[in-house]
Amino acid sequence: MNTQNQYLKAIYLVQEQEDGPASTGKVADALDVSPASANEMIGKLEAAGLADHEKYKGVDLTDEGIKRARDALQTYCIIERFLVEVLEVEEFRAEARQLESVIDETVGDRLDTIIDRDPSCPDCFDADLDVCCHLVSDLDIDVEVESEAAD
Amino acid sequence: MSLSYPVASDHQLARLLQIGMVLEEVVEARAHKHYESLDEGERDAELEALLEGAAEESAGHRAELESLVDELEGDPVAYEEIEELVAARYEADTDTDGVLYDQLASEETAYKFYDDLVTAIEGSDVRFSVDRDRLLETLVAIREDEAEGVEEVTRLMEARE
Repeated sequence: MNTQNQYLKAIYLVQEQEDGPASTGKVADALDVSPASANEMIGKLEAAGLADHEKYKGVDLTDEGIKRARDALQTYCIIERFLVEVLEVEEFRAEARQLESVIDETVGDRLDTIIDRDPSCPDCFDADLDVCCHLVSDLDIDVEVESEAAD
Repeated sequence: MSLSYPVASDHQLARLLQIGMVLEEVVEARAHKHYESLDEGERDAELEALLEGAAEESAGHRAELESLVDELEGDPVAYEEIEELVAARYEADTDTDGVLYDQLASEETAYKFYDDLVTAIEGSDVRFSVDRDRLLETLVAIREDEAEGVEEVTRLMEARE
């Protein structure tokens, strides 16, 4: 997943949490980058027709931006579930965050052929917990909100 | 979520190589399943050779990746386990077009994965416990095999049009 897609996914999830435009600060926090970096990328997304940015209000994804963000989120869900189901990784959220920049949609689709993912994906994703809610119930695990970046 | 560098440690490298192993195992297992699932009339020597060759090549790549994973003290991914997962979710393609298209997707996906991985390693100044030159030589050679695999399947598809 490239950096642009990681931003789209982050904006999408912040918008879901806020139920409205995403502030640059929250997007920057979500990605653990500086507000200046976030601003620069949001400008690029706007130029590419993927987002609309209004000063003091925040950023809204366009329809195309939402589509790309949802694809990126689905790939992320696949990575998380693959790590749990196939490689039995305990720290799957931290590792998924590390892997998402190098596992793109094509590779995600192939990994998807050996996991058991819910058809409602990616609507089942819980942005606060950074995990698919079905994965939590499947595993009967108690996940806590993580704020630290991956190692 | 963060934009942290993807290959920053032995652990992360081992994890990515494990994913490479799984992709190879998926190719190998799907190639076997494809041939089994084809109707009699759809089978021929050329297609059989392609699928056999793909499975053998993947097994070879898997062994090379496993040796690197071992050196990084990671766990190998057992082929039998992936074979079972592939079989559990396999939807049979009973015609040649479907099989060739899937084979093409496998080769293209593997190529993309190794290409991204090589780029990430080349852009990293991390010192891994495996020899960097050997690591890159291995991955670049596998990437080359995948590129040739894409060409081979494409040629066969074109010849059948």
